[in-house]
Amino acid sequence: MRLTINKIVLLLSTISALIGLAFLGWILITLIMKGLSSFHLSLFFKDLIDKGLRNLIIGQFIIAGLASLIGIPIGMLAGIYIQEYGRGKFVRLIRDLSDIMMSAPSIVIGAFVYAVVVAPTGGTSGFAGSIALAIMMIPIVINTTDNMLSLVPRELREAGIALGASKYRVILDIIIKAAKVGIMTGLLLAFARIIGETAPLLFTSETSNYFSLDLTESYPSLTVSIYNLANDPTQASRDLAWAASFILTMLVLFINLIGRYITRHKG
Amino acid sequence: MEKIFKNLSLISATFVLVLLVSIFISLFNSAKPSIDEYGLGFVTESAWDKEVPIENSVSSLANDAKPIKKEVKASSDEDDILAAYEDEDEPLTKTVFGGWIPIVGTLLSTLIAMVFALPIAMGIAVFLAEIAPKNLSYVVGIAIELLAAIPSIIFGMWGLFYFAPIIQKVVGGYQVSLLTAGLVLGVMILPFMAAITRDSMRTTPDVLKESAYALGATKFEVIKDVIFPYSKKGIIGSIILALGRALGETMAVAFLIGSVFMMPKKLSDPTISIPVAMANNFGEATGLTLSSLFYLAFLLFIISFVVISVAKFYFLRKAD
Repeated sequence: MRLTINKIVLLLSTISALIGLAFLGWILITLIMKGLSSFHLSLFFKDLIDKGLRNLIIGQFIIAGLASLIGIPIGMLAGIYIQEYGRGKFVRLIRDLSDIMMSAPSIVIGAFVYAVVVAPTGGTSGFAGSIALAIMMIPIVINTTDNMLSLVPRELREAGIALGASKYRVILDIIIKAAKVGIMTGLLLAFARIIGETAPLLFTSETSNYFSLDLTESYPSLTVSIYNLANDPTQASRDLAWAASFILTMLVLFINLIGRYITRHKG
Repeated sequence: MEKIFKNLSLISATFVLVLLVSIFISLFNSAKPSIDEYGLGFVTESAWDKEVPIENSVSSLANDAKPIKKEVKASSDEDDILAAYEDEDEPLTKTVFGGWIPIVGTLLSTLIAMVFALPIAMGIAVFLAEIAPKNLSYVVGIAIELLAAIPSIIFGMWGLFYFAPIIQKVVGGYQVSLLTAGLVLGVMILPFMAAITRDSMRTTPDVLKESAYALGATKFEVIKDVIFPYSKKGIIGSIILALGRALGETMAVAFLIGSVFMMPKKLSDPTISIPVAMANNFGEATGLTLSSLFYLAFLLFIISFVVISVAKFYFLRKAD
């Protein structure tokens, strides 16, 4: 009897794993089939107004890139403070708050940026979108930096100090270098996470049909456009949405796999 | 230089605190007109953007028209005078906003997602942590984690075009409904829940498991009597964290829930959730509509703040 129950339970959990994998397979196969059938290289050379995706892809990268430029330094500095300088209650508070922010609903971040950036400046803009994504990114970067720096052995710090180096030199030249691979991977994954975000961009950057480098205007966004295109009743728009989703997912999975590869072989 | 660097890093750390506080304040401020107008009754009011005749809805208002006029005169705010002026033109109706339907939609879709995802996620976690050989567990583990990395908008699209039609065939009713939204949401949180539950299970020391095996326990008994009790807190924390994620998820639900302010009578009815109400109405909203949406955002932020805090600090806090 015990053995039978054992078998049944093990079988059930194996089946659940298969169900989980089946969903992954189903989603990926759907994406690849629909994506490839609507995919065409010319999509990379035309803007949305001409039924292409060029402006959207570039726009998404620029918004996410600018978000990284804002978010990475702040996040890394905060992580360094938590791990290297601060102690006691304040550090614990910051760590806890950043943990909570990491899981905060992204649409609420969008609403916040709408209230403090979009409404005062009078309209949606690429900058507002970048700020929203930067806010999403900061806690992730803090978490990564914090974790990776905590893995650096204490002796390295002591050796640096013993050589007479000032603390910030020790941090920049020794500790960060020692934790480089881990931090790089973390930053890569953080980037992969924000580049696929839609909700915080819906009413901050919005999207645009045209190629644009002017970040003070509504800015082309791949994800927001996927949402609009998929809700469009015409088949052509839906096909374009599938092609865009395909490109986006492959990009995100690719970055994730690179991150994994780096940690496995050099970490 | 040392000082500059240290201060910069202190400022960055403090920035997190400032950010969180300003999110609270600015959401509250933007929601203020709606909070003033409807108070806490907003939470249980099921009308949204509905013209309600004043006399019928609030009889006390009609009884004492004088005090209200006094108040208007007393305040020098231009908006109030303007509002009073407009009231003279159409004095008989006012617009009512309430959050009950999106709140119910959010809670129910999350509940469906949890009921669907929980058993499967537990199964996957047990499979990865205890059943599968190491290599297989590694590969399947990566596959599950990749599934968790797929942007949520993809789940929404797949759900709308491929999953919903099947559910509709089985259950009937509409393609976009509470049920399909909940199920797709479940598929979305499944890998996340499975991955962190597996991590919790793995914290069980091998010695404990080996002792149980040595006593003749079956694998199921080890899982039930050793691993679960040992990692109970972590597992519950993981589940609550997944719950928090489901509550705030926008895109996977936006495609599927139907986005209508309608109280669902059965699972196959369309309705709306807080994030979707924001996603679809925020862009064009002004005035009371906008501040009511901010009111919803404020409520969602508080709910998820509490849920995440409970998960992280009660259940997942490492003993240190």
